[in-house]
Amino acid sequence: MRMIIKGGHVVDPGRIDAVADILIENGRIADIKFPGKENSASNSPSSIDSCADLEKQVDRVINAKGLYVVPGLIDMHVHLRDPGQEYKETIETGIQAAAAGGFTAVCCMPNTRPVNDNRQTTEYIINTAKRLQSVKVYPVAAISRDSKGLELSEFGELFDAGAVAVSDDGLPVSDAQLMRRALEYAKGVGILVISHCEEPSLSHGVMNEGLTATRLGLAGIPNAAESVMVMRDIALSELTASPVHVAHVSTRESVRAIREAKGRGVLVTAETAPHYFTLTDEAVGFYNTNAKMNPPLRSVEDREAIIEGLADGTIDVIATDHAPHSVLEKDLEFDAAANGIIGLETALPLGLRLMEERGLSFELLIRKMSKNPAKILGISNDITVGAAVDFTLIDPARIHTYRVEDGFSKSRNSPFDGWEFKGAAICTVIDGRVVFES
Amino acid sequence: MMWSKKHILDMESLSVEEITAILDTADGLKEISQRTIKKVPTLRGKTVVLFFHEPSTRTRVSFDIAAKRLSADAISISASSSSLVKGETLVDTARNLEAMKPDVIVIRHSSAGTPFLLSQKVSTPIINAGDGMHAHPSQALLDMMTVREVKGRLNGLRLAIVGDISHSRVARSNIIGFSKMGAEVRLAAPPTMMPTGIESFGVTVTYDFDEAIDGADVIMMLRIQKERQRNFLFPTEREYSRRYGLTLERLKKAQPDVTIMHPGPLNRGVEISPDAADSVGSAILDQVTNGVALRMALLYLVAGGMRNADDH
Repeated sequence: MRMIIKGGHVVDPGRIDAVADILIENGRIADIKFPGKENSASNSPSSIDSCADLEKQVDRVINAKGLYVVPGLIDMHVHLRDPGQEYKETIETGIQAAAAGGFTAVCCMPNTRPVNDNRQTTEYIINTAKRLQSVKVYPVAAISRDSKGLELSEFGELFDAGAVAVSDDGLPVSDAQLMRRALEYAKGVGILVISHCEEPSLSHGVMNEGLTATRLGLAGIPNAAESVMVMRDIALSELTASPVHVAHVSTRESVRAIREAKGRGVLVTAETAPHYFTLTDEAVGFYNTNAKMNPPLRSVEDREAIIEGLADGTIDVIATDHAPHSVLEKDLEFDAAANGIIGLETALPLGLRLMEERGLSFELLIRKMSKNPAKILGISNDITVGAAVDFTLIDPARIHTYRVEDGFSKSRNSPFDGWEFKGAAICTVIDGRVVFES
Repeated sequence: MMWSKKHILDMESLSVEEITAILDTADGLKEISQRTIKKVPTLRGKTVVLFFHEPSTRTRVSFDIAAKRLSADAISISASSSSLVKGETLVDTARNLEAMKPDVIVIRHSSAGTPFLLSQKVSTPIINAGDGMHAHPSQALLDMMTVREVKGRLNGLRLAIVGDISHSRVARSNIIGFSKMGAEVRLAAPPTMMPTGIESFGVTVTYDFDEAIDGADVIMMLRIQKERQRNFLFPTEREYSRRYGLTLERLKKAQPDVTIMHPGPLNRGVEISPDAADSVGSAILDQVTNGVALRMALLYLVAGGMRNADDH
């Protein structure tokens, strides 16, 4: 299988920012040619001497004129609900949504049924995804057995089975000693620890503590419920000299703590989700359960701090926290409704929207959505000859309206239904094959 | 005015004109409860479902009596007697109730926003009888009725609300209702019981009881829920009572003709001393009496009693 991605604006942050033709053979980059320049990137005999000739010899030519061609987007934080809650999402529907959103890889959190704290579940996820030959799925296994926060799960076995990280996502590791040991032990295995930072005794609420919660009579969750745990984990990372990745940062205090820690050289990385840089707690409106998530949507000041953190590098990654729920969990009293929204099909448009509104560069967005997650996970995705790289083709000008009922996810819990966007992923190339195009 | 509001969900959604119309209607209906035969045929043939998903005696009985005095058929459903215990969702239960063609659904629920949710899902008029910490409009309206009856007006009065503002739907609804009608509202509570951002409702906030009731025309004491102690909101009832309990001695700070109110049930000796609760200015039992008239007014208005009356 040979393919040319022709005439696209290739952006590989820090490496390439130019119009180029990319020849892919059997999933690997065989050549990169920059039109108007003499030499192609490769001196091999199969290099692109004459495009016209070559185009006749390949199976597929993708005309990428006017499109960005970037290393495939990686979503470090999704919930695929499979095994156990297949009525919300399956690995198949989840990765279809991912591919449609421009993602070529996702990390799925372990809060499945059963919890992914064992080799069988990890392997089931990996094998199911492999069979589908589409978006790559990297399982995140549980830090503690059954995510109960009582004893460590078998990091070594899970790592060998293919887990890329451990996290009790959805639940905090409230025992500081267990977290300390998790960080220490993970260092020996070489597995990343992702922390869901939430102090449970402070978070007996259903939305952000603030004026909207007061108006609606809903119990609030203060910013400190997140930031005290972020500060604890920074201290534990420092103590153990082991890296920690902070999931779904939502507060200004967390951003400040992470910025300060990075300044001191602590091995902390962080992600936020599109809803935290787009919405505030006012989106709850009149008990809109599609604006209920954990951590909750915060204040304007928090949203601004998140954006600042993305711009200055404090926050490394944009990840969706894609959390499918059916009407059974969402069409309920606000208190009783489940936390979370789907996000795979809106993340890139929301990211592009942010860049445009705030005058941030496209390259920055690709760092947050592709390069930095790859680096944190230890995946190589440099666009270079010989490398097996997946690609996302982005049309920055395409105007479209997001209709949740037209989405690929099985679930419909999005607060962005009906939003109009400029810019979308229009083609996703994985292992040298087009898995999605529109 | 012609009544056009379908649901009674909270005080925010009621206009000054609507509040006045409700209070005027309630004033007019109050007399029925003083008759020998306390029943009028106004809502004959109408069905009122009292869907109480949270324990309540006072409010449920008040709505029940109100419905019966207007000749409506009232049916009570509690959480334990409904299909909710069999795993049916609230929305399904409400849709099933609706299929039996009631004319009004009165709902009490522990989760804020539930009456709003139901109003989106069923076409029957909904009256909120208290939802979580959000709203208790019939209580606020009966409080306003009581104050208007005693003072002759609401505009320009000084109202002090004292107690656990954070967890009180009564406080929220009264803050909004009384402010809307031109009263000046002051709140006093320990900081643990003061909700974030409440100042933006246009009220004065203090942690000092005496400051709040200084010159007050009306003092509304809120019930202290003993289980809140577990959430570290206050150290002991003894300490709470000393700092925020209403006593005759403290009452001297207020206007000589101050009206004392409490939504009940009372914790005598905690938020209010027995002699203060039973003092001349106490309107606590008038609130209960007016509660029936006020709820008659709400049922009458939303069940189309006005249209009925026109038909005859």
